[in-house]
Amino acid sequence: MTAVQERSPRLAVWKFASCDGCQLTLLDCEDELLGIAGRVEITHFLEASSAPGPGPYDLSLVEGSVTTAQDAERIRRIRAASRRLVTIGACATAGGVQALRNYADVAEFQATVYARPDYIETLATSTPISAHVPVDFELRGCPIDRGQLIEVITAYLADRTPDVPAHSVCFECKRRGTVCVTVAHGTPCLGPVTHAGCGALCPTYNRGCYGCFGPSNSTNFPSFIPLLRRDGVETLDVVRVLRTFNTAAPEFEEAVRKELPE
Amino acid sequence: MTGDGSTAVIGKDGLDALIRALAARGRTVIGPTVRDGAIVLAEIAEGAELPYGWGVELEAGHYRLRPREDGAAFAHSAGPQSWKTYLHPQREREWSVDRGADGGLTVTEDDAPPPSYAFLGVRPCDLRAIAVQDRVLAGGPHTDGRYRARRERAFLVAVECTEPGATCFCTSMGSGPGVDGGYDLAMTEVIDGGGHRFWLRAGSDEGASVLAELPRRPADHATECAARESVAGAADRMGRSMPPVDLQLLMRDTLHAERWNDVASRCLTCGNCTMVCPTCFCTTAEDVTDLSGDHAERWRRWESCFDLEFSHLPGGPVRASGHSRYRQWATHKLGTWYDQFGSSGCVGCGRCLVWCPVGIDITEEAHALNAERQAAGGPEGAAP
Repeated sequence: MTAVQERSPRLAVWKFASCDGCQLTLLDCEDELLGIAGRVEITHFLEASSAPGPGPYDLSLVEGSVTTAQDAERIRRIRAASRRLVTIGACATAGGVQALRNYADVAEFQATVYARPDYIETLATSTPISAHVPVDFELRGCPIDRGQLIEVITAYLADRTPDVPAHSVCFECKRRGTVCVTVAHGTPCLGPVTHAGCGALCPTYNRGCYGCFGPSNSTNFPSFIPLLRRDGVETLDVVRVLRTFNTAAPEFEEAVRKELPE
Repeated sequence: MTGDGSTAVIGKDGLDALIRALAARGRTVIGPTVRDGAIVLAEIAEGAELPYGWGVELEAGHYRLRPREDGAAFAHSAGPQSWKTYLHPQREREWSVDRGADGGLTVTEDDAPPPSYAFLGVRPCDLRAIAVQDRVLAGGPHTDGRYRARRERAFLVAVECTEPGATCFCTSMGSGPGVDGGYDLAMTEVIDGGGHRFWLRAGSDEGASVLAELPRRPADHATECAARESVAGAADRMGRSMPPVDLQLLMRDTLHAERWNDVASRCLTCGNCTMVCPTCFCTTAEDVTDLSGDHAERWRRWESCFDLEFSHLPGGPVRASGHSRYRQWATHKLGTWYDQFGSSGCVGCGRCLVWCPVGIDITEEAHALNAERQAAGGPEGAAP
């Protein structure tokens, strides 16, 4: 502990349209969880405690995308009550798999899914948190990586920039000595255009990366997509593989737009 | 030939004995072995782990294992890793610092005893690559002590090339396919009517002393001749070549060539080429703090000039475009490396073209740059 005793920073965890998997990553920290609880006051975290405390909050972790008018309003209040706001996961950062609605008729979905669609009030789109309020940092992944979550919290506590590289998954494969599944096996892999952070989990188990961390900060889809085709991925599957958890990420959206005939 | 000249011929049992003898000397023996559809470098304990009967089919952006009927152990060219994986590891702690109860800081440098490696199967191109990294990391005014310690303790068993790949061009870079020093032991694999055997030469006192421990027979003229012929034949079967010009000058003359736009349109900027390159040495600092805030660590990890972060300054990355990043890498590797370290940074191993997912071929790019320079009336070209 530092010589001057200060008030513990107040942490809040918020859920929007999402599956809860990213929040669960915080509980999944196991060994580090007590350490985190010792350094921050976990003020608002409904998955862990049903006794939420009032703001303001020093650090808000936001999971999920905005899919209702109420949520669009709620995120503004959360932003106003938070010193720093970090989005966690593909939903909060890119709109999530539920952003597939952006290219479809939501009323038709409602009629198919719900017995009483008239009870449902929803927006026509699923949008990332950054489309509504300023975001201090975005953590990628579906779900997020536990180590990166701890890094973000630790960096916040030390008042430093989180060390979360935005380069390709290829960096991680090469660093851990994983044999390239595309070059050596002919397996289609999104690694060269996907944001690092998972530790190259899928290629290490001999399957291609499916882009759950979204686009890296330096993509070249016009050169990359012919590579998928060479390895047997047809146009429809190129679209499908890009239209998953990060479908509404601008780089993935643009690549899909070029694939689909008008 | 260097060293004391001691030489012998060993069989597969001798190779097995070599691995065991090196291990018995307290060394971690690293050699080629088959894993995950490739011939990788890994710790090996016995000769049976070597890739007997495996070859490789290489092309730009393409690598496949292929069985070989002759049962050769070393008839394959560069794989997905190089020896820098061990000598210049991808992530390493440099120091840590702790804050005591009185607020004072204690810095502890990481000085764990360095591993003592024996590398079995170092190709001539990779031997040159190690020499290049020696110059960069331990040969200048700022020496990397941890690299130097690992390097000084490493025992190198070089294996001459008899089966170059379609992506190899060591003859263009003057680094192979034969060796002429810089090893503890050099070996050439020979398979013919006289059997499957290895011609061994010592290049250091320790090499000679290890050689003396192995089950062996005197080197015979037939084996030496067969070995020399195989290596000479390999020189004529390189799948790639560099244009026969001064590459340093070529890079200097073509900084504004149209070809850089062409290659930039294909480059994924994924960083694979730099990670597999046996001479690429760049690293970045990684500062780790713990939750208490009383303990911090400085780590170093591989970085790549293809990473936007690599040239990030206040205001953004200096080399934001793929064009500027590919050009930086190629012109450094083939050109400005001479200015900085007195040699080429390229050894002709072909890894960067094999492991580039879209198969960008540095030799093809160099030929294209040369052709563009000639078309513009540059060296040896006729003015249009």
